[in-house]
Amino acid sequence: MADTQPVNDWATDFDILDEGYIADPFTVWEDLRGRCPIAHTERRESAFLPTKYDDVQAFSKMVPELSSADPLVIAAPEAIQQTEHFKKYGANSPPISSDPPEQVWTRRLLLPHFTPKAVEPHRQYTEELCNELIDGFIETGEADAAGQYAQQIPPRLIAKMLGVDESMTDDFTYWVRAVLELGLADPELRMKYRDVIRQFFRDTVAERRDNPGDDLISHFLAATDPDGNPIDPEIVIGMCNLQLVAGIDTTWSSIGSALWHLGSNPSDRQRLAADESLYPTALEEFLRFYSPVTMARVVTENVDYNDVSMCPGDKVIMNFPGANHDPDAFENPHEFQIDRKVNRHVAFGAGIHRCAGSNLARMEMDVAIKTWMKRIPEFEVSKPDEVTWAGGQVRGPRYLPVTF
Amino acid sequence: MMERSAAVKLRVDQEKCQGHNRCYMLAPELIDVDDMGTAFERNEDGSVPAELEEKAQLAADNCPEFAIVISED
Ligand code: HEM
Ligand code: SF4
Repeated sequence: MADTQPVNDWATDFDILDEGYIADPFTVWEDLRGRCPIAHTERRESAFLPTKYDDVQAFSKMVPELSSADPLVIAAPEAIQQTEHFKKYGANSPPISSDPPEQVWTRRLLLPHFTPKAVEPHRQYTEELCNELIDGFIETGEADAAGQYAQQIPPRLIAKMLGVDESMTDDFTYWVRAVLELGLADPELRMKYRDVIRQFFRDTVAERRDNPGDDLISHFLAATDPDGNPIDPEIVIGMCNLQLVAGIDTTWSSIGSALWHLGSNPSDRQRLAADESLYPTALEEFLRFYSPVTMARVVTENVDYNDVSMCPGDKVIMNFPGANHDPDAFENPHEFQIDRKVNRHVAFGAGIHRCAGSNLARMEMDVAIKTWMKRIPEFEVSKPDEVTWAGGQVRGPRYLPVTF
Repeated sequence: MMERSAAVKLRVDQEKCQGHNRCYMLAPELIDVDDMGTAFERNEDGSVPAELEEKAQLAADNCPEFAIVISED
């Protein structure tokens, strides 16, 4: 079957790159939960799509039967899998593409830099950055809140943490989109930019080895692997790659979705403008409702789960966004409740791969939305029909015209 | 307020905790996190003062790993 034919039945032939699904996945999940909560497809490859919270939670705990070796929702193209590098290092973006034990020690290298206390010192820089971005367009009375604002914030923070020149940010953003968005349907583009990112870090890591500083790359280089040896430079490069790939599209999407929501729902916007104490629940509700990230696992041994039999090589789509809209786990899940008190969402995943950058992402969202709301409390999405969304792997608005 | 019959305790099951840090944001008076983002109780015996019981429950209800256990003894 052609991979891009219209979907006949979502239960047996789902397509997460379908345009209608990207615009509105919610009704698809709702339909599936009622009749086939774990859907299947043979498009591109055999894959399962859970739509219930408990099932996504259960799958996130099935390690190592469900491996993270190829964690993007569309498998690495054959041409990538055939390279010597892939044969030796796999998808090589530790820890997201690793299983224990490699996942454990590479993750532990990251965690201390991403605790709530460790990210707090970046707050002031983020505030200054957001204000500068707003200075750039506030006089004109209109902006593309995705391209001119949300998109600009995460790559600069990552650049700062990696100790890389800020002027790289537009390149970073395009490289990541080429891998995670445009590249899902265009294997050649995905391959090309996978290599571009790695070559950039190959050069940067070599240079940093001679001139260490107080940045993440220098910390990786100073650390040792479990055998006490310096870390294989290719693994360091893979970890740097992940900082870009995991930290940019994701956070930008969450900030953009929040602004889309506030620019389309005046009553929520007015409530938030009037009451700063709503921010903690509002941020978690943005994360739940607009969960940007879907991941995947690959089955390594036969797994029987409920009525489903999964075989080695099958993919399992980690549908965190779908889990977050399950009525068995959330009261009125299709309602955005800015003051939702009980919100056990899994927008940052669950289990051992819980987003290592979640505290940084939350801080960026908090500052980006607060700063916008302080300077531009009254705004609206001006041309709703022209808003474009990306989805599949990372869902969020890519063009978001607003007036104020 | 109702008479308190039992002391409420909060425990973090560190085997389950994956460091989402939701609990730390909701109840920093009761919970702290270590360098790896793993949560632990500020009061070694896990005791929760009466005025923080609601916060303790909120922390438990928002933990995506079901790692926080509230008990009365
Ligand atoms: C709102 C923004 C973000 C969302 C929604 C998000 C979501 C996720 C999710 C769902 C996972 C789990 C992957 C899996 O189970 O396979 C993950 C993993 C990860 N994220 Fe994020 N992420 C965000 C921002 C960031 C940022 C800013 C960084 C760092 C700069 C980051 C770094 C990571 C890393 C390193 C992992 C891998 C952890 C592991 O495998 O042990 N993320 N993220
Ligand atoms: S919310 Fe749960 S998983 Fe997160 S730090 Fe607290 S106990 Fe750990």
